[in-house]
Amino acid sequence: MPTPRYTREIPQRYRLEANKCKNCGRISFPPRQICPHCGGRNFERTRLSDQGKIVTFTTIRVAPTQYSSQVPYSIAIVELNEGVRITTQVVDCKPEDLGVGKPVKIVFRKMYPEGKTGIICYGYKAVLV
Amino acid sequence: MIGIVGYGSYLPRFRIRADDIARQWGRDPETVKRGLLLKEKTVPGPDEDTITISVEAARNALKRADIEPGEIGSLYIGSESHPYAVKPSGTVVAEVLGITPEVHIADYEFACKAGTEAMFVAYSQVKAELVKYAMAIGADTSQGAPGDALEFSASAGGSAFIFGREKVIAEVIDTYSYATDTADFWRREGAFYPLHGGRFTGAPAYFKHILGAGRAILKKSNLKPEDFKYAVFHMPNGKFPLSAGKRLGFKREQLEPGWIVPTMGNTYSGSSPTGFSATLDIAKPGDLILLVSFGSGAGSDAFIFKVTERIEQVRDRAQKVQEMLSREPIYLDYGQYAKFRGKIIMNE
Repeated sequence: MPTPRYTREIPQRYRLEANKCKNCGRISFPPRQICPHCGGRNFERTRLSDQGKIVTFTTIRVAPTQYSSQVPYSIAIVELNEGVRITTQVVDCKPEDLGVGKPVKIVFRKMYPEGKTGIICYGYKAVLV
Repeated sequence: MIGIVGYGSYLPRFRIRADDIARQWGRDPETVKRGLLLKEKTVPGPDEDTITISVEAARNALKRADIEPGEIGSLYIGSESHPYAVKPSGTVVAEVLGITPEVHIADYEFACKAGTEAMFVAYSQVKAELVKYAMAIGADTSQGAPGDALEFSASAGGSAFIFGREKVIAEVIDTYSYATDTADFWRREGAFYPLHGGRFTGAPAYFKHILGAGRAILKKSNLKPEDFKYAVFHMPNGKFPLSAGKRLGFKREQLEPGWIVPTMGNTYSGSSPTGFSATLDIAKPGDLILLVSFGSGAGSDAFIFKVTERIEQVRDRAQKVQEMLSREPIYLDYGQYAKFRGKIIMNE
């Protein structure tokens, strides 16, 4: 990921900052410039909860190069307490430990390093509660 | 009153048993465990490093402190495994906590005492009234060469402490630092694993500095070992802190709550701070606690804390160290451990 883009996305990747539409109250994550629900352009910043539950999940057995040493690992769609859904890796567990509806907590983890000399990308992942 | 306003720790869920490391290198597991008093150690997940450990420890400290994160004016992280050679760990942690940009940030290094070094500076900043609150973190994903004695102990974890003048849970009564140039353990720039002086790491290094700092702070504060409820000493293995405590005049039961090395390992910069955190988890108001770190190279920082009434209100707000040590560990075999720690040469 180009470092300027990585740096610009820090609020959402590090702190789960989302945009709440001042017109219809819906939350957009990642933050958007225009509300996909009402077309509104005025937002307030809100921080999403670090608690949620698994909506659905899958197991990755053939992974992109950066994650190949971690297979098999799990990716889930997690619904946070505000109703916002995010796609995230679920770590510190075996794929068979996951289940629809299981509660998770969002944690801060390393996503991948950009080769041996590039930046280290960080962001959110989930662990089972 | 100046002291700790909030504290928190983080330990990864992965473990490797001393037996598995010993068998890998043809050593007798019982002899190793008896010699070092170590059973198992924490291992960082493939996506964990000093920065992620610091973030989780800091979040737990904030849960126990009734403050706005933005009130933290300084953030210091002590570690000997900062992920970058050039680029601070502290800026990432500060962004996650949402305390940028009005904050003073620095990364510290002093082998295993970098964590208490951060605590010392954070405390000094508050004492000098430069900031309202200052956060200090000691965290590491410790390195130990394959087959070396350090491989049985080098583990991962860390603790964070917020210092301030209001809502104090443990008052700083006194501090003392003791340092000399002693080449007992080192890692050169670019080297993957540290080297050490074997038996030279004992009497002229660990014991000289721990006992030097311990005796001096007792004299300076006019206190005796029996005045303390608890004492915590840096834990490079199980034996050293017990021996240091005994030589200073402390009884085993004073050391027990903070003596977590048999199941945690040596979290380097996070070692004595996490032992102290485990002690705060069970301390009662009025208890005096002595904390003495040790960092190779070499030096010791000593603190005397007095626990306040407020600790009873805040300690259950975050997970305790013993809970982290006992929550369903995920055990790795030596092959998985070697992969997790990047000890296997891979193609690009």
